[in-house]
Amino acid sequence: MRIAFLSDIHGNREALDACLAHTVRRQVDRLVFLGDLVGYGADPVYVVDRVREAMEKGALAILGNHDEAAAGGVTSGMNDYARAALEWTYNTLDADSRTFLTSLPMQIEEDGRLYVHAEASSPHSWSYITDVSAAERSLRSTAHRITFCGHVHKPQLYHMQPQRPPILFVPQGSTPIPLMGHRKWLAVQGAVGQPRDQNPLAAYTIYDTVTNEISFRRVSYDIEAAAQKIHAAKLPQILAARLFIGR
Amino acid sequence: MTREPLQTGSTIDGFRIGEKIHTGGMATLWRVTRPDIEAPIVMKVPTLLDGEDATVIVGFEMEMMILPRLSGVHVPKFYAVGDFARQPYVVMEYIRGESVYALIDRAPLPPEEVVSLGAKVATALVDLHRQNVLHLDIKPSNVMLRESGEAALIDFGLSRHLLLPDLLEEEFRVPMGTGPYIAPEQIMKNRGDPRSDIYSLGVLLYYLATNVRPFGIPQAQSSLKNRLWRDPVPPRRLNPAIPAPLQEVILRCLEVDPDKRYATPAQLAFDLANMSQVVLTDRAHRLERNSFFDACKRWFAALGAEGGPQQPRTAQSNLAPIIMVAVDLSEDMEDLSDELRTNVKRVLATMPGVRIACVNVLKLSRITINYTLDESGRNIHVQRLVELKEWGRPLGLSQERITFHVIEHMDPAVALIDYARLNHVDQVLIGARTTSTLRRLLGSTASQVVAEAPCTVTVVRVPLNSGTVEVAADSEAARADSP
Repeated sequence: MRIAFLSDIHGNREALDACLAHTVRRQVDRLVFLGDLVGYGADPVYVVDRVREAMEKGALAILGNHDEAAAGGVTSGMNDYARAALEWTYNTLDADSRTFLTSLPMQIEEDGRLYVHAEASSPHSWSYITDVSAAERSLRSTAHRITFCGHVHKPQLYHMQPQRPPILFVPQGSTPIPLMGHRKWLAVQGAVGQPRDQNPLAAYTIYDTVTNEISFRRVSYDIEAAAQKIHAAKLPQILAARLFIGR
Repeated sequence: MTREPLQTGSTIDGFRIGEKIHTGGMATLWRVTRPDIEAPIVMKVPTLLDGEDATVIVGFEMEMMILPRLSGVHVPKFYAVGDFARQPYVVMEYIRGESVYALIDRAPLPPEEVVSLGAKVATALVDLHRQNVLHLDIKPSNVMLRESGEAALIDFGLSRHLLLPDLLEEEFRVPMGTGPYIAPEQIMKNRGDPRSDIYSLGVLLYYLATNVRPFGIPQAQSSLKNRLWRDPVPPRRLNPAIPAPLQEVILRCLEVDPDKRYATPAQLAFDLANMSQVVLTDRAHRLERNSFFDACKRWFAALGAEGGPQQPRTAQSNLAPIIMVAVDLSEDMEDLSDELRTNVKRVLATMPGVRIACVNVLKLSRITINYTLDESGRNIHVQRLVELKEWGRPLGLSQERITFHVIEHMDPAVALIDYARLNHVDQVLIGARTTSTLRRLLGSTASQVVAEAPCTVTVVRVPLNSGTVEVAADSEAARADSP
């Protein structure tokens, strides 16, 4: 089975559509949304509708911190433009969509794999995996062989042997990487809707359960259109500008 | 991990275990068979799996990761891997042929044999690096010579795939490699430089040419580093039969600074295939190793410089390609050969590491007897070479970066295509005469090269006058690079 992991869509309709079309061309059998469907982008309603449609056909989705904040209208701890975007998102979503978002689970376990938005040691603390020690904390707190997460908007792959610290591998291109069975793996997806690794292309990941290989994909999309909508919605300008440079 | 011990006659995953053919420190090799596989195959099984030696396990993981991703005649064909949790193994082709290890008994080998072996191994490295894999443990026992003649590289336990995670990175507390053959940068814990394989091949060639290992067999960690300060004894000092060009090639492979070695195995293979064209430097004539004083200087200069994991260099030859320029020296083709030179200059401006091979074909006739002298008694071949060098002179390239070759052949296109293939050429620049109906019907040398060369071909034309509209439109299409 080929599983696509899409994380941090953040209301970016154009990026989501481009990635979904790409998954069809790549013969993906199942979609997993790793949280942060909304926040920042101008199309939260569209994104929530598409994800709900996909879930009716077997897709999985988990909760992200922006989903929780946008659905509950709780924005403490957020920076100014994130808060502005979340308040706008809260008002844009109808009650039904907000209820849907709050109903999303914190994590899902499936065949030795763990799906979680931020990291495994304390999923609801929304900590960021920015370095080896954060990756180690997450890896040691789960028995699952592979953890799939998002949240940091930068694709990374950590691997760890039982008695050793993990090692970071920054994916180069889309070459399928075998997740060798003797060690644990933590696959951090890049962002579909707001990449921050200085590459503006939408990022998502395909994992093949038969070959045990992961492939980090990048997809071009209509950034101009996504940015214009952010301007038109009078959301903070920086949210549009950063799409073009991927940071 | 619970599993049945493997033994002759038992079966695993459909593979029937035959005789044990090798027991090594790291792995055991068994002959195996499976009804659907006709070719002779072997199963490699790690020996110390339950022990504490993590390097063995990780090395085996590495081989299980890399071997399935390799193809071609220069590696063993891959068939299957076993699940790590149950019984790890790799099943691969049994290579019929001889290990280079067996040649050591006959060392010192005649220089021409060393050259031809070196060219084979360098060619195998070209193929491996093209697949983004660095071997990082080139030594006699890891090179097989197939019955068909090609070198095949085996044992990828210390290898590195440049696009995949380096599972051995965590084992960095000690340098990984084989003492006598390991490259200085590997000793400094850099596992990302393709030129490390060139260094180890240099050690291998030195050993076969002299019957002496250039740095002995280092017993301790500390003595490994000696090769960073002290150059080896020049091989001609040990074996005067070694010609100067071969010493040049070997010592260039053994440069401590990777930048001073061949940039790619293709460039090394090129020199080994064209020994008469090797540019001789001080390396070729040296009969003494560097002085103790010089070694001390290097030692002090290196103080404080500690290695460690580094960003891998690209293994492909994008930075140091070999570009072949097919030069037509006919008198009526001066405009075209000027245009060709202009195009070479453009390439040089963008790629400082490029190496240019200028090739001219001296066409032999099928019917008449070929005279080697022209009407005025000059040797035609030598004359052509002089003209070719004259053509290349305005490029202003140093000797290491440009070579000149006159090939005698009945079919120029075939000669050029063969040359490009044998010398691992990355791109061909070739001039095409102005299109004509006749040429379009019969096919030109350039079009045959475009169709059959194993690399990118750029067709160069003399820009046409705007008056000749019909031809200009035609050439527009022909000007595009072929894929």
